[in-house]
Order: sequence, then structure tokens, then C-alpha cells
Amino acid sequence: MKAKGWATPYIIWMAIFIVVPLFLVVYFAFTGENGFTFANISKIGQYSNVFLRSIWMGAIATVISLLLGYPMAYMIARIPAKRQSVMIMLIMLPMWMNFLLRTYAWMSLLEDTGLINRLLQAVGLPQVHLINTSGAVILGMVYNYIPYMILPLYSILTKIDGSVIEAAQDLGANGRKVFLRVIFPLSMPGVISGITMVFVPAVSTFIISKMLGGGGNLLIGDLIDMQFLGSAYNPNLGSAISLVLMVMILICMGIMNQFDDGETMEGGMMI
Amino acid sequence: MKAASKVYMALIFIFLYAPILVLIIFSFNDTDTMSRSVFYGFSLRWYKRLFEDRMILIALINTLVIAVVAAIVSTVLGTFAAIGINGMGKKTRKLVMNITNFPMVNPEIVTGVSLMLLFVFISNKIKGLGLGLGTLIIAHITFCLPYVIMSVLPKLRQMDSNLYEAALDLGCTPRRALWKVVLPEIMPGIVTGMIMAFTLSIDDFIISYFASGTTQTLSIYIYSMTRKRISPEINALSTLMFLVIMILLVIVNIRQSADRRALRRKGTEGE
Repeated sequence: MKAKGWATPYIIWMAIFIVVPLFLVVYFAFTGENGFTFANISKIGQYSNVFLRSIWMGAIATVISLLLGYPMAYMIARIPAKRQSVMIMLIMLPMWMNFLLRTYAWMSLLEDTGLINRLLQAVGLPQVHLINTSGAVILGMVYNYIPYMILPLYSILTKIDGSVIEAAQDLGANGRKVFLRVIFPLSMPGVISGITMVFVPAVSTFIISKMLGGGGNLLIGDLIDMQFLGSAYNPNLGSAISLVLMVMILICMGIMNQFDDGETMEGGMMI
Repeated sequence: MKAASKVYMALIFIFLYAPILVLIIFSFNDTDTMSRSVFYGFSLRWYKRLFEDRMILIALINTLVIAVVAAIVSTVLGTFAAIGINGMGKKTRKLVMNITNFPMVNPEIVTGVSLMLLFVFISNKIKGLGLGLGTLIIAHITFCLPYVIMSVLPKLRQMDSNLYEAALDLGCTPRRALWKVVLPEIMPGIVTGMIMAFTLSIDDFIISYFASGTTQTLSIYIYSMTRKRISPEINALSTLMFLVIMILLVIVNIRQSADRRALRRKGTEGE
């Protein structure tokens, strides 16, 4: 088909609304009141603890999602095909509910007078302080993003040829060996794409930390929000932080893709 | 399936659905206090109040207008783009696909901030062009486009390219062949893309937050409420939204499985 020109309006659109804005971020990051400056970038050093906290929390949330999500994806891939699609829909359904509301629902569960504490009280157990802790933030991240882990893992696990597993068994591998030497290595592209799809939104989130973490768990996202729409209005610094976040993520993705044969995004596509 | 894995799957689903269930139950709470942890009995009062609340209704109308316009425009633009991209040479296609993938990989907050910079920049240059419904629609079209392209492109690849040539041989003009042959073939992908764009647009918060100015969408309204005390009206609203999204997802799923069945039938006929 010769239809090259058909993409032109799209390319113009993306040039204006994706490429130009990115250049604006770079421009703002390197300008101040007196023109070109590195001041914004060097100011980020003050916030290194926020960066470290975001990366740390995002990484923990990603690992927990992987540990919880892998068995789930594996089990779904093992049940009859008809029920698989129902299960996958059940995994996806919560994602389509407004994520502010889902996070808000956790607030009402975790509060000091919330449902979990009431339940504990009713059974006669002491109350636990759950809300406004870093644990609550990580829980919120895992809750919101675990479907992004399960879906790519599932789609890669269903593609594994059953005869490869049978061959391994025929050659004398026990269940554990089959998993460690055959299934897990073959599912690596799904693992990689799951990790990136959880880590990227987790590390750049700003609502979850505000709602579940109280004031003490500031993350990169909150920092950016504050520079653009919050109290500390400073778009130049905000752009610099955004730029660093973006470069950080792109480097992570680049490293991750080294372990992969491509097609990552395809495995990660929803629906 | 072993009992242990059944229990595990049940636990994960409880984890995924518990907050949503709590949200739905408390939308029927029969109390005038805004309690979110004590259930006083069943009533529909919050639903009644929801429909009397003008702010929420305005936000709902804005959300729907944005979603409908963004879904239609991004579907048309994206479908043409996919047809164009499909006909491109390898190098150009790779470049265009990289730009297409970029917003899906980039942290949402960075996309939001970069668009905000562009919109503020333009509104400072040209008087009368402020942030509002217009910028929201533009932003939503921008982040929906890649998803439309991702769902149309595979359908184009699956299509037998001989069909198009046969139409030309039988006397169709290229334009007519596209309209009469290609479009019907890729229709399932177009519809899926459009529904995805619609739901993504309704669900979006982060990008809207930075592109909205003072215009309220539902997500933004919910966000402004989470900073004060949330009224159970929001629970009622989210219950309704959850229902709508569930119905949409069921439709998509039925369409897809019908699609798969048709494909299978085609496959067996060929043998």
C-alpha cells in the first residue's frame, strides 16, 4: 500500500505536542532569570534524599509486585483457556476505576479509626498505626500497579510451548528444575516489561505519597508538582527535576532492554 | 488446579477488590456524617445528592465532552497514521514508532509538565488562549494517539495485502480501495482503539491536572476533594463509573473473542 502521506497530520501533531514540549523542558531546565544557567540542575543535589527515597520505594514496590504477581500470572496461564480471559479481565477491571478513588479507599481502610483497625479491635488485638507511613505508600504503589506486572507476565507465560516443558521433564528435570532452567528464563521478556511498567509509574507518582504517606514521605513527583502548581512555584527547577527523572528512566529502560530481545512493549500492551 | 493455588488466587483478588468493595458499600451508607468506616444501613441518599450537586455534574459533563472529542479525533488521526506508518520504509517507520512509543514510556508527570509548559508559553504569547477545555482536549488526544495506533497496526499487519491489490486490479481507485477494503478489515482494531482512548481519557488524572487551568474534570474534582474531607457522593459516583467501565470492558472482550473465533474459523478453512 502506498499511503505514506496519511501519517503526515499525525507526525505534525506529535512534533508540536510531544517533541516541542520536551525541548521546552530542556530549555527551562537550563535557563534562569539571567539566561543560560546550570543553577537549576545543581540545585537538585539538595533533593538527593527525595530522589533516593523515590527510587528505593519504587524498587521495593516493584520487587513485591514481581513476587506476588509472578505466581498469579503463572497460575492463570495454567487454567483452561476460557476461564483465563475472565481472570485477566478481573485483573484489569480495577485499573479502570479512577486511581484516586482506589487510593482513597485505602485511606479509609488504613486510618487509625479505619476498617482494619476496627476489625483488629473487634477481635481483641491492639491497634496498629498504618496510615502516613512509608509502608502505606508502598502498599498503595503495589496495589495500583500490580496489574501492569501480571499482564505482561501472563501474556509471555501463555506463549511458552508446552512441549518444551515436556521435553525437560522427559529428560529428567523435576518440577523445580523445569521452572528454574526452562520456564523462568523463557519468561524473562515478560519479567523485564513488568518491572519497567511498575517501576516507571511508581518512581514518578505523586498522589499516592500525598494521600497515604502524609507529609513525611515526599517523592520526586511531589517535588515536581510543588514547582509547577504548588507552593514553591519555580518552573525552571521543576523542569530540571523532570529532565533528570526522564533521563534516569530512559537509562533504566535502556539497561533493561539489554536483557531483552525487543518486543517488550508488545508483551506489555493492555487489552 | 491445586487447592493452594486456588487460595492464592482468591487472596490476590481479595487484595484487588477489597478497597473497591468498601467504596461501593459506603456509597449506600445511611448517615449524614461523612463517616467512611461505620456503616449505618442502606440508603440511596448519596446518589440523590450526587445528581443535585452542580459542581460534580459540570465536572462530569466536561469529562465526557473531553473523552468523546479526544476519542473521535485520536481514532481518526491514529487510524490514518497507522495506515501511513504501515506503508513506510523501515527506517522512517522506526523513527516514527519511537516517537509514538515515547509518551507510553515517559513518566506521565513529565508529559503533563511538558504540555503545561507549551500551553503556558502559547497563552503568554497570544492573548485569550488560556488553559482550559481546549488544552485538556489537546492533551488527551496526544496521550490517546499511541494507544490507537498500537491497536490498529497489528490488524493492518494481519491483513492480506493481496486484498488491497485485488481491489485495485478490479478497478478501484486507491482511495476507494482503502475505504471499501482496508477499513472494514481493520475495523475491530479501530473500535478497540477508540474504546481504549475513551476509557483512558475518562480515567486520566496526572496529565489533566497539569493541562486544566481552572477547568474541572471528575478526576480533578475528586483530587480537590481528597485534600479536604471526601463526601460519600464521590463513592456513589465511582460506583456508577465502575459499572459503566465494566460494561464497556465486557463489550470489548466479547468483540475480541468473537474476533478470535472468526480468525480460527478462517484458519481451519484454509487447511
